[in-house]
Parts: sequence; C-alpha cells; structure tokens
Amino acid sequence: MPMEIFDLTIHELHDKLESKEVSSVEATRAMLARIEATDPKIGSFITVTKEQALADAEVADRCIADGKTGMLTGIPLALKDIFLTEGVRTTCGSRILHNFIPPYSATSWEKLKGQGAVLLGKLNQDEFAMGSSNESSCFGPSRNPWNTECIPGGSSGGSAAAVAARQATATLGTDTGGSIRQPASHCGCVGLKPTYGRVSRYGVIAYASSLDQVGPLTRDVTDCAVILGAIAGHDPKDSTSVDAPVPDYKAALTGNIKGLRIGLPKEYFIEGLDPDVQKTMAQAIETYRKLGADFVDISLPHTDFAVATYYLIATAEASSNLARYDGVRFGHRSPQADGLIDMMTKSRSEGFGLEVKRRIMIGTYALSSGYYDAYYVKAQKVRTLIMHDFIRAFEEVDVILTPVAPTPAFKIGEKINDPLQMYLSDIFTIPVNLAGTCAIALPAGFSANGLPIGLQLIGKPFNEETILRAAHAFEQATDWHNRKAEL
Amino acid sequence: MKLTVAEVEHVARLARLELTEDEKNLFAGQMGAILGYVKKLNELNTDDILPTSHAVPMENAFRADQTCPSIGIDKALANAPKRVDSFYYVPKVIE
Repeated sequence: MPMEIFDLTIHELHDKLESKEVSSVEATRAMLARIEATDPKIGSFITVTKEQALADAEVADRCIADGKTGMLTGIPLALKDIFLTEGVRTTCGSRILHNFIPPYSATSWEKLKGQGAVLLGKLNQDEFAMGSSNESSCFGPSRNPWNTECIPGGSSGGSAAAVAARQATATLGTDTGGSIRQPASHCGCVGLKPTYGRVSRYGVIAYASSLDQVGPLTRDVTDCAVILGAIAGHDPKDSTSVDAPVPDYKAALTGNIKGLRIGLPKEYFIEGLDPDVQKTMAQAIETYRKLGADFVDISLPHTDFAVATYYLIATAEASSNLARYDGVRFGHRSPQADGLIDMMTKSRSEGFGLEVKRRIMIGTYALSSGYYDAYYVKAQKVRTLIMHDFIRAFEEVDVILTPVAPTPAFKIGEKINDPLQMYLSDIFTIPVNLAGTCAIALPAGFSANGLPIGLQLIGKPFNEETILRAAHAFEQATDWHNRKAEL
Repeated sequence: MKLTVAEVEHVARLARLELTEDEKNLFAGQMGAILGYVKKLNELNTDDILPTSHAVPMENAFRADQTCPSIGIDKALANAPKRVDSFYYVPKVIE
C-alpha cells in the first residue's frame, strides 16, 4: 500500500516539506480531504477550520521557500476543544459554551503556531474533560477508528481518534486523571502527560487545576518528543508553570536503555486485569529484558485509594472552577429567568450535561459545611500518601511499567449508566496525576478482537527524557505503532 | 448509602443547579454510591499526614509590578450575552 500524505508522522512530513517533495498546502488539503471522508464515521471534529488552515499553510510554504523552517513549519495539527483559540469557537464539548469565541489563545497553541504549525480544527471531547469514554460530549460521542462500536477513550477521545484515523498529523490533549493516556492506549497512539508545571495551562479551560496538564498525542515517540519540546517551559501567564530548562527531548532518544531499572508495581498486576492486557504486559516486559533493562518488583501501597481520592479532589476543584459559568459574561444565558440568581441557576442547568452536573454536585457536597474535613481534607491527606509511594519507588527504579487501562476499549453505552464503574476504569492513570509526575502511553499490542492495548511508563518528576527514551527503544524493537486502523 | 432527595436539593441549591425530579432521584442513588465508595479512605489513619494541595513544591510566584496592554473593552465584552455600552447587562440585583 503506498504511503499517503495523511499517513506520515511529523518528522516524515517535515523531511518532505524541506525537500519540497510536498507543500504544506498539499499536506493540509490531504488532511482536510481525509477529515471529510472519514469524520462522518468517527466524529473527532467539532469544528474544522478549513479556510484558516489553508491560509496558514500558504504562509508556511513561503517560510519553507525562504529556508526558514523548524520541525513544525507547515505541519497540520488539531487541538482538543478545551484549548482557547482566538477567533475560533471553543466549546469544551459543552452546550454552555456553544457560542464562545475566545478573545485570546492558549500558550501551548501560541507556541505551536509560532513555530509554523497549521490548525485543522478543534476536536471532540467529554464535556469539560469529565469522562473516560467521550460519551459526555454535547456533540455526541467520537468513535474508535479500530472498531466504531467502541469508545475512543476519554476525555481527549477526539484527539486520539483523529491521530488513529490519520485526520491530523498530531494533536494536543489534556490529562487530569488519564485523559491523554487512556484514549491513546485505546486508539493505538502515543500520548504523554508531562509533569505538572512542565507545560503552561494558560488558556486551557480548567477542570481540576491541581491535576490538569497539557500533552501531545502522536503517531510515534519521536513526534511526541518534538511536540513536548515545542510546548514545554515556563509561562509568566501561568504561575504554576515551572521555570526549569527544557531539554532537547529528541536528542534523548538514543535507543540505549541498557541497565535501566524498571519497576513493576504489584498493585497494578492484579486479578481482574483483562487477559489480553495481561499477555501484552508480559510480552512488553520480555521486550524490555532483551533490550537490557533490569526489572525490580516494587509496591505502590496506596494505589487502591487513588480513585476515591481523585473523585473528591477533582470534583471539588471542578465545582469551584465551573462556578464561573453563570450566564453573565460569556456562554449560554437562559432567556427565561426571573432575577439574577434565577438567571444564573437556569443558565447553568440548561447549559451543563448530566456528568458535569453530577461532578459539580459531588464536589459541592465534599466542600460543603460539615463535610469539608471528612471528605476534601481527608482526600488531600491520602494524596500525600500516594505521592510518597512514588517518591519511595523512585529511590529504587528509573521508570515504572504498568498497563494504561485494565481492559481494551469498551462498547459505546456499556458503562454510561454506572458512573462508579466508569470512574474505576481510570485506576492505573489517576495516581500519576495525584503525584504530579509524568507518564507516557504507547502501543504495545492488540486484543484478540483487534483493539489496541497500550503500555504506560511512569517517570520521575521533570524527567520526561527517560520515559521518552524507554518508549522509543520499545518502539524501535516492535512495530505496533506502524499498524493502521482500516477506515 | 443513599442520599435523600432533600439532601440532593440542598447541594443543588449551593451549586446553583435546578434539577428535574428524575435527576434528583438519579443523583440520590448515584451520589450515594460514589460517596459510599470514597468512605474507604477512612481505612487509612492520616492523623499525622499533611494535606497536599499542589504536587510541585513552590510558593509565591512573584512578578514585576508592571503595567502591560490588556485586551480592551470590546474584545472583553464580545462574548457578553447582553451588553449596554461598556457594561455587562444583567437582571436587576437590588430591589
């Protein structure tokens, strides 16, 4: 099968742009045609910015003609609809923002744009990033390109599906409890959640501010390193972004992981793990052994408490963050209200979907008078214990290897009526957000019925190089990332 | 564990949400199940543990107190559901 433009990675397309074999306008047209052909099936896009994309591609082609190119010049990308894009509608998957046109852009997008990237459009997601299946979007679910009856994962479901369907060369997502890694795993792409503070959150619609982080979803690890390098770094507009030097992530991909100490936490290899996931993990461990890594059995003893901790902290922060949607300054305002409080109440009740209301309710309960210490403060204390688990583990090992999710992608509708079961599917990704450290998901195999299964590598805080290097070495030794979903 | 409809209504009022009867009944059961599940945190003794509010140790991110251009009134008000001159227009607050 000949390689189509839409199949190319960032680094492959970059080489073709530099050698003038392909222009950015051609590449952008190819992606737009691909979106048009495949999106009725997949539903990754909420908004396609066709004209702007072609105009940006023309500018990129002039830069290329002048010999002024970077890795991202002329590369067609797409963003989860949680990133503010000046002049381009940004909905966060919610009816309450159905008409919101941001007056400024997120720093992460400003940085990519500044390096010449082309914006194809805005991607579907769970409403306000609350969900693990992309089913809570007010625009309807996106579908998994490997099996359109299955969920693509969430909340960055559109971001993962668009990469797997080759509708965008790469995308950005956000990860609060696994929202980049879980969909990457379910769709067979690479997804990285950087360390909290590594990437600016400015202009990213807030869900749970102490957990949210921005990261790339890509076809391979090299592209992941390229995007991370472009978006990482301190931003004066986000006081929680950390002023630490940004290493050359691409240069860290040496292929050599001899002597790397990889921890296997016993709490992640438990009964109830899907047999295909179990088999995939065993094969991955074998691959790493052959590559010269050393394995260490470790324990992260508070793992079993992570989901409970997360669903108190995240919902508490969400209930506070989402107080801003009141119909006063932007977003939906109810036309039939009697007075100010009624206007706010009706606007919120008409604008938010069921899952968002549910989380606001839980968070409000946990923060309410009489319950604050028993729920919210208790969860913050257990968060400390979970962080200490990781600090102790990283005294012994360089990287921790785990599954991303206990099962491959489930069917659309399967868990929608049981929120607690849905929440428990995030058990392996949530602890990383609570600890604030970094982790990468990468393709590691397939289930018997052809659904992708991902592998998670967790790294020390601000040590993205090591997990990228380990992921890249695995990718060199396997060909899972080359498999393509047939559409 | 199940919440009463009265408890759900109280929380909804705090959150400025108006729930339908169906939503109230649904949430009474679901919130009860979720709050019952998170009670497992009580298995852990955390008497001597400090709470974590932020994963990365940092305090007081100061910057120079300098004025810089802002986005301006028209851009700031461009998404207003209702505006009058350079103001957001809302229903009467004080009777």
